Amino acid sequence: MNGAGRSYVRAAFAPVEPPPPAHGNAMSRFAASLFATPLNFAMTALSVGMILLIVPPFLDFMIFDATWHGTSRADCLPNAGACWPFIKAKFGQFVYGFYPIDERWRPNLAFALGAALLTPLLIPSAPFKWLNSVLFFGVYPVVAFVLLTGGNLDLRNFFLGRFIDWQAAAGFGLAAGLRWTFWVDFFASAFVLTTLVLAGTMLLGASLRTAFVSCVTLFASLGALLLAVDLDFGLRSVETHAWGGFLVTMVVAMTGIVVSLPLGILLALGRRSELPVVRFLSIVFIEFWRGVPVITVLFFATYMLPLFLPSGVSFDTLLRALIGVALFSAAYMAEVVRGGLQSIPRGQYEAASALGLGYWRTMSTVILPQALALVVPGIVNNFIGLFKDTTLVLIVAIFDLLGQLRASFSDPNWATPVTLYTGFAFAGIVYFVCCFAMSRYALFVERRVNVAGRR
Amino acid sequence: MAVAAEGSRRRRIGTIAADPRLRSFLLQLALLLLVVWLGWAFFDNARQNLANQKIATGFGFLSETAGFGVSQSLIPFAESSTYGRAFVVGLLNTLLVSGLGVVFATILGFAVGIARMSSNVLLARLAGAYVETLRNLPLLFQILFWYLAVLGTLPSPRASEPVLGSIYFTSRGILMPRLVLESGSAFVFAALALAIVAIVLLWQRTGRGGGVAATLIKGLASLALIVILPAIAFVAAGAPISLDLPELKGFNFVGGLRVNPEFLALLFALSTYTASFIAEIVRAGFLAVPRGQTEAAASLGLRRASTLRLIIAPQAMRLIVPPLTSQYLNLTKNSSLAAAIGYPDFFYVFAGTTLNQTGQAIEIIAVTMAVYLAISLVTSLLMNWYNRAVALKGA
Repeated sequence: MNGAGRSYVRAAFAPVEPPPPAHGNAMSRFAASLFATPLNFAMTALSVGMILLIVPPFLDFMIFDATWHGTSRADCLPNAGACWPFIKAKFGQFVYGFYPIDERWRPNLAFALGAALLTPLLIPSAPFKWLNSVLFFGVYPVVAFVLLTGGNLDLRNFFLGRFIDWQAAAGFGLAAGLRWTFWVDFFASAFVLTTLVLAGTMLLGASLRTAFVSCVTLFASLGALLLAVDLDFGLRSVETHAWGGFLVTMVVAMTGIVVSLPLGILLALGRRSELPVVRFLSIVFIEFWRGVPVITVLFFATYMLPLFLPSGVSFDTLLRALIGVALFSAAYMAEVVRGGLQSIPRGQYEAASALGLGYWRTMSTVILPQALALVVPGIVNNFIGLFKDTTLVLIVAIFDLLGQLRASFSDPNWATPVTLYTGFAFAGIVYFVCCFAMSRYALFVERRVNVAGRR
Repeated sequence: MAVAAEGSRRRRIGTIAADPRLRSFLLQLALLLLVVWLGWAFFDNARQNLANQKIATGFGFLSETAGFGVSQSLIPFAESSTYGRAFVVGLLNTLLVSGLGVVFATILGFAVGIARMSSNVLLARLAGAYVETLRNLPLLFQILFWYLAVLGTLPSPRASEPVLGSIYFTSRGILMPRLVLESGSAFVFAALALAIVAIVLLWQRTGRGGGVAATLIKGLASLALIVILPAIAFVAAGAPISLDLPELKGFNFVGGLRVNPEFLALLFALSTYTASFIAEIVRAGFLAVPRGQTEAAASLGLRRASTLRLIIAPQAMRLIVPPLTSQYLNLTKNSSLAAAIGYPDFFYVFAGTTLNQTGQAIEIIAVTMAVYLAISLVTSLLMNWYNRAVALKGA
């Protein structure tokens, strides 16, 4: 305590020395990094050369030499830059494909709804995450389906209808797009199946209440879903082959994410399960779809799957492609989720077990909330890959944004030397902006997760 | 009494659900039955559908005449060749484009990754811009861009000007002189190999040091070896190697070596796209080596280049190899996008043209998937072997 007696302890702060020359101000550091050594100088020269080679011609093409106004190819021919009137004329096709012009409010509404539900889901501090997820992953796909296709599916048979011919017994009946025979079938089937499940539960001695509640929930949500697609909302039916452009890109990407997340979680849990059969089947499923090119999966869904289904059951082309997308995106998602599951310490499982929680309760209330929060960046990155892979549907003759772009090149009304470059510039910007924004978002969440982990 | 008896019976039945082993057994049995039933239903439906649509089954089609031509083939292929041969042609083309793609993507990826870590701000930013741009555009978009917007807009064969004597960049591909190897050319290659072996031995045996003069003499000797030995063999064997130059005849070129635009577009796009991912892997690998390693090397008196080569790179490689493997696999799988531009790779020839002509979707798609799975498996086996070689010993 008596520091004054120790002569080697400084009594005052030492004077601040000037920084060494190498760590001067930002400008001199910058200059040093560019010109310090001959090698550095050569690198700088090389970089400047490359920038000069790329940037001015790019800007010239996009802005300074571009044609901004006009209505036909004749307006673009004199200029060496981009032909933006071409994009303006084709914009409808690039966004909606051949979706009827009077009905374009429907995809617009679907886009807007999706954005309105997705935005709060992506903002970490926004409330009601659980409700928001249910709305986005459960309700939104049905709403979007009805909006885009027009719904009114005219369902005929549910389950018992395969064995009993209700129609022969009661004749046809159609009200508000609903065929009452189907709904009689549905309720009868629900009743019979619930009774069977309850009987099984009683036999095994498990909780009757849980079984009953699960059955009722399942059939209620299934019924709501079927009712939504069966009801006649007065929307004109739009066949999927009229869809195209960015709309198809979004439909494929959204289906991928909405299906792959729940399925991927199940597969990841299956892969880490203690039951050998479940584990084996999960591994086979995941590794198989990950090991083959995405395009073979699309070919599988387009050409092979129809042969595996009972004759008479046929899907439309887009739906087949969507099934393929769901298969491989679930497999990729499973690996992302598995990474999160593996990073949860054993102590969490043991603590949950000590509290007497069963497997599903442990997973849904303890493990998954932590694991999923950790892998949000991985999920987003996975989604970027999926978004880029949506372009592959053009190989199975579905016209997404890239497909529409390619088709538009053959329009003789817009045949100019710059049409090709203009089209690529436009589509490139769209894809880049989407993917870049997502990758920045992933980075943002990653930093957040890291900060939270360090606390 | 009756109440007690019923209670015990209920407990006995209740143990079925309460016993975890029995419960998990029942669950797995149910799952297995479901999968088997699904498989059987698929099989049964497929059998009926194939019979209804009168589609042949089995692999007999492989020995039938294909009746189509391919634009690029490493082995002789004609329209009268069989589907089996088309299968091999496609497979070789896939291996060619993936193999070259892996080499180029690795070189470019390492260069960009290292440039991203450069202390030169401009270079680092430029490399960063490369990575961000290429990674955020779909690969198919890039393939189509190279194919339609870059290679497709080259001048027609008649309008093209020769570069470096007799290399022509045309919309029908790049034409360059072709080496014509006659009998006896093996001697020249043997002489070349001999010269390389001799040079390696020379440098290994004499060791380092000896000053500038010794290095200069050794360098000159090596140069002489690699030029003179093959030259002697060339003359002795009666000039067995000659150049076949492309010549414009009518609307197109004859002779020379023609590289198809489809192949070039696919190779460019695959290499540059994959390079952007490899660059990030390389950067992450190098940044993960602790700074203390660099500092320790510096305090031992190692130069910057030696530090990088002897201390940093070996440690970084351990982190780089596993993700690099998956990039190589991705590149190979992505080469199937050739179908979009008509490069006759395995997918295009087999799952495209052959499927169209025979209609045997099940066999063909199953075989296609199996082939890609096999390629994946072999690549990951090779890379795992390499990974073991660079991994920490005894760890």
